[in-house]
Amino acid sequence: MPLFTSEHEEIRRNLQKFIAAEVNPHVDTWEEAGIFPAHELFKKLGTLGFLGLNKPVEYGGQGLDYSYALLMAEELGTIRCGGVPMAIGVQTDMATPALARFGSDEVRRAFLEPSIAGDFVAAIGVSEPGAGSDVASIKTNARSDGDDYVINGGKMWITSGTQADWICLLTNTGDGSIHDKTLICVPMKSKGVTIARKLDKLGMRASDTAQIYFDDVRVPKRNRIGEEGQGFTYQMIQFQEERLWGAASALKGLEMVIADTIEYTRGRRAFGRSILDNQVVHFRMAELATEVEALRSLVYRAAELLVAGEDVTRLASMAKLKGGRLARELTDACLQYWGGMGFMNETSVSRFYRDFRLMSIGGGADEVMLTILCKMMGILPGSSNKA
Amino acid sequence: MALPYASEHVQFRESVRRFVDKEIAPHHARWEEEGVISREAWRRAGEAGLLLTNIPAEYGGGGADFLTSVIMIEEMMCHVFSGPGFRLHSDIVAPYILHLGTGEQKKRLLPAMARGEIITAIAMTEPGAGSDLQSIRTRARRDGDEFVISGQKTFITNGQLADVVIVACKTDPAAGAKGTSLILVEASRPGFSRGRNLEKIGMKAQDTSELFFDEVRVPVANLLGREGGGFGHLMSELPQERLLVGITAVTVMEAALRWTLDYTRDRKAFGRTIADFQNTRFKLAEVKTEVTVARTFLDDCILKHMRRELDVATAAMCKWWLSELECRVVDTCLQLFGGYGYMREYPIARAYEDARVHRIYAGSNEVMKEIVARSL
Repeated sequence: MPLFTSEHEEIRRNLQKFIAAEVNPHVDTWEEAGIFPAHELFKKLGTLGFLGLNKPVEYGGQGLDYSYALLMAEELGTIRCGGVPMAIGVQTDMATPALARFGSDEVRRAFLEPSIAGDFVAAIGVSEPGAGSDVASIKTNARSDGDDYVINGGKMWITSGTQADWICLLTNTGDGSIHDKTLICVPMKSKGVTIARKLDKLGMRASDTAQIYFDDVRVPKRNRIGEEGQGFTYQMIQFQEERLWGAASALKGLEMVIADTIEYTRGRRAFGRSILDNQVVHFRMAELATEVEALRSLVYRAAELLVAGEDVTRLASMAKLKGGRLARELTDACLQYWGGMGFMNETSVSRFYRDFRLMSIGGGADEVMLTILCKMMGILPGSSNKA
Repeated sequence: MALPYASEHVQFRESVRRFVDKEIAPHHARWEEEGVISREAWRRAGEAGLLLTNIPAEYGGGGADFLTSVIMIEEMMCHVFSGPGFRLHSDIVAPYILHLGTGEQKKRLLPAMARGEIITAIAMTEPGAGSDLQSIRTRARRDGDEFVISGQKTFITNGQLADVVIVACKTDPAAGAKGTSLILVEASRPGFSRGRNLEKIGMKAQDTSELFFDEVRVPVANLLGREGGGFGHLMSELPQERLLVGITAVTVMEAALRWTLDYTRDRKAFGRTIADFQNTRFKLAEVKTEVTVARTFLDDCILKHMRRELDVATAAMCKWWLSELECRVVDTCLQLFGGYGYMREYPIARAYEDARVHRIYAGSNEVMKEIVARSL
């Protein structure tokens, strides 16, 4: 049973047209500037329905199943940088799934609906300077005060952090244990929210990444997503889609790197023949293309199971792990065949080399994926047997 | 086998360290933004006796051995201060002039180079010819007692600042390799212009540029070495250039391991330090082993080189194997920094950016493998 139907293909074509007209012509400028205009771009995407493909119809979404989200993730991979797809992915698959699934009507009207419309730029606030992989040890807390929470703490590596209208914030509402964490929607213009700095990163430079402080930030309790104390659980569920999104969005980007490298090496000559005509080069291209197809199969399989209502934590984690590692290997191998041009910022391969390095770190580092998988295989020391 | 460092070397290292702390460290981040270091830094390096250390004192050099070059690399690259093109100037251009130059050329250039008053570059690569050096097209036409040079070079280290450039030209386009000559071109000559300072993914403080030659006239006396001997001349100095890459690679790997040990011993997650995880311990054990083997091989190559016994194939092995290892090691170490490894303010991120070119420049690793294959 094919995953994609003719409806899918129509959405794919529209997305391709959009990317060609509204995104790719500007990527070089945005990379240079270190930021892309999120409000402008998201409004355009939102108007075309692209920010809510698998979000509830009541809030402006299309109510379609995950296969459509997958399709969009895959097409975003044709954007000629990693930063812009990443920011769009935050908007659709990282900051909003828990809100869409567990939020009250009121909080969804206030935050989900405008995010789907593209009027609000969303951020996801989980990581802190002292807690990346170890989500359980975050320190940001939300103290109960009447009808409000008062939030103190800080978050790090926040995508779109300098532009976001609201942030889906994971906080401690109790003693800091994993049963005492809560997801709260915090408007970024709230008093006490400070953007400490915009971070200077190795890659993903078109995406503005921020460190943010929260000093006695007061938000009404109705901004909470779902139940108090359930934040950790919701976030773990939210992570599944984030991981699968990550792997899916890599596929076409990696294929572009291969295609660009074939084009470059076909035209570049040395020692009386094209670089591509060297056996080590064309063999390597074939090897790498094989690996990308294998990753695609894993991603599609996970997506199909998700559409069928299954828990795909295991396959999504595998896809993320494999994606990050393949992305590093592939971009590195391809860059080499560009020679000195591979070290120049102006080439696509050098940008993807820098951008894809994040994949093994952000969205759950490789080591975290491995830990999850071991737990599921029942082989993590101290964990109970889970198949 | 340890390198024969003596007390003079220890003192030299201390003086380099002081210089780096005072004259390089406070400025390097700004130089990265500007894409070039200051001319002042070159002059100060000259004043401090840190340029041309390996060139005889009679030409204004330091009169010291190759270990001083090794020390310069170690003290700069342990901080990823890759902006200053001192190595190219002191250990690539200066030896060409020392070995090939006339008495007049050596007297005119070497002392001023040692003082940092003349900054130099060497221009071989062209937009259409990198690895395939034989197919360069820059032409040097003889006209009376002048050469007239026209063409274009790219990826030239020190390109924005260089006062004198050794240019690889075709003096006889019909003659293949034997039609190549090396000619000194002063930047002040009419017709010479600097192109873009190229934006690179790493080594951002190093000014790497395009150079244009539009009917540039230089006296025939600017010929370096033999007319038509350019290719052979280049081959004779390339082993040292390749060794320099190997030295950089090992220096960076050793530094990366140190930074990573410090970071992982401090960083906590899941109730313990990152260093406590077996994955970390074993990865770093692997790195330590590889770096130790690398250091042993490198030191052997350095000693051979100091005895003038480093052959072309071994130099090629040194260059490709160590640069490839460096990229793997730096990548492994970066991963252990988590999100911080992606932040440019951390040296590991800049080491990652810089390392990538080590497999490409000074002769791509593919060319190195071809050289080794031929020696089999």
